[in-house]
Amino acid sequence: MFEAFALPFMQRALAAGVMVALLSSYYGAFVVQRGLSFLGDGLAHAAFGGVALGILLQHEPLWIALPFTLLVSLAITWVKHHTRLASDTIIGVFFAVSMAAGIIFLSRTENYTTDAFSYLFGSILAVNQTDLWVTGLLVIVALLTLPLWKRWAYATFDRDLARADRVPVVFDDYLISGLLAVTVVAAVKVVGIVLISAFLVIPAAAARMVTHRFVTMTWLAILLGLISAVAGLWGSYWLDIPSGAAIVVLQAIVFLACVIVSPLRRLLGDPTSGT
Amino acid sequence: MHAVQTENLTLYYGHNLVLAEITCCIQAGEFLAVLGPNGAGKTAFLKVLLGLARPSAGTVRIFEQPPDKVPAQWIGYVPQIKTLDRRFPAIVLELVISGLRHAWVARITAKEKTKALAALALVNAEHLAMRPVNDLSGGELQRIYLARSLAREPRLVLLDEPATGIDTVGESDFYKVLNDYRVRTGATIIMVTHDWEVASDQAFRVMVLNRHLIGFGTPGEALCQECLEKAYPGKALPGLRAARGIHHV
Repeated sequence: MFEAFALPFMQRALAAGVMVALLSSYYGAFVVQRGLSFLGDGLAHAAFGGVALGILLQHEPLWIALPFTLLVSLAITWVKHHTRLASDTIIGVFFAVSMAAGIIFLSRTENYTTDAFSYLFGSILAVNQTDLWVTGLLVIVALLTLPLWKRWAYATFDRDLARADRVPVVFDDYLISGLLAVTVVAAVKVVGIVLISAFLVIPAAAARMVTHRFVTMTWLAILLGLISAVAGLWGSYWLDIPSGAAIVVLQAIVFLACVIVSPLRRLLGDPTSGT
Repeated sequence: MHAVQTENLTLYYGHNLVLAEITCCIQAGEFLAVLGPNGAGKTAFLKVLLGLARPSAGTVRIFEQPPDKVPAQWIGYVPQIKTLDRRFPAIVLELVISGLRHAWVARITAKEKTKALAALALVNAEHLAMRPVNDLSGGELQRIYLARSLAREPRLVLLDEPATGIDTVGESDFYKVLNDYRVRTGATIIMVTHDWEVASDQAFRVMVLNRHLIGFGTPGEALCQECLEKAYPGKALPGLRAARGIHHV
């Protein structure tokens, strides 16, 4: 195992994979409980639009995709707060428009294929020092905003109770949305646009199956996300398969195990086992 | 002292009129029942008091202050249980402590646990402390929500159809806990209900709403035939028992 991670590109991939897993699993707990799974998909496709614009402008795609995805994310939240449309409808609109914009941008670009494919399906070889610094910065932001977990969790449980207790739920909606957007962009190279939402959803959903406390669910999601990322990267090296896909397959195996364990806990008479 | 004072309180949701020029005054220490048909604006009235809905016109004062300036711990809120997200992973103890902290719980302190268990004991629900919230029946949940709202020792308790799902014996215990708390602390209670008998049994005063304020007074005054016909136009009205002291129906 250590042999694989002795290579410099694998070390970068490991660092990026661990940080992306940590961020996406942490925010994933809120994504799953708030029913925002589709937002992960929507933001990933917004990131595609941003990446395509970056390729067209011959700029580092990360610097274009970050503000582009952030803007789309805040726009989705704004429309959600100012109309009666369902979240999935709003996300569906922005999802399609971002994708369409990305396709138009790419159609105006010569020799885009390799770059675009590495973003669509992820490429550990493409992770550079800048990606690591940006992802590291996002981990620091997540740590700094960790005290907000309590009020985010409260609003996730019951929005009205939280508002009645003066929790700024609308501000927090924008904040979570923005943090999700930048996390998705940071995850693009490691995971690939088409698989990012799995990083947000599967570890948290697996954790939900075996616990009845949100704090445990959050920590367990992070743990399962980290284990899947490290083992998936290692597997992808030895089996010579794309890293993002390898990690997602492992996450799915963990999820399946949790689905099986969940009713067993109940059958074995654990009085506090939740569903 | 006035616990709640509204003057020409008007509320629109979009273009829909929800509350029209409600003027009322609720004294501290009172038990008020709010009655009215579906869509009458009862829950909206509570939401205005909680600061969750901003009046389109008129004024609202809670203990002489605008609702959004009232310290959160002064108000205990028992929502309708149908609003509960049963997918959320939580145990009963966390739910009660969230009412003390005004935030969700990562680590439970011994002091919080003691206080939460004492609140649960009030509603005979100590044994449910470690149970997942999504395993509870409707009646159990209502008792837990009551314990949660009283744990913070509020000056004003707002309840939205709190007896839904509780059996008759449980309902009587529920109101006993609520009334004991009111007597012990002098707190004000405002309860939205569909149950006329409960309103006339438990409340000092009754507010009958149907977007407009139809009746406000003692149960006998507010539940008069004329008020009820206005509040429930075109509906066959079940009679209220004279034995309950209501002679106008």
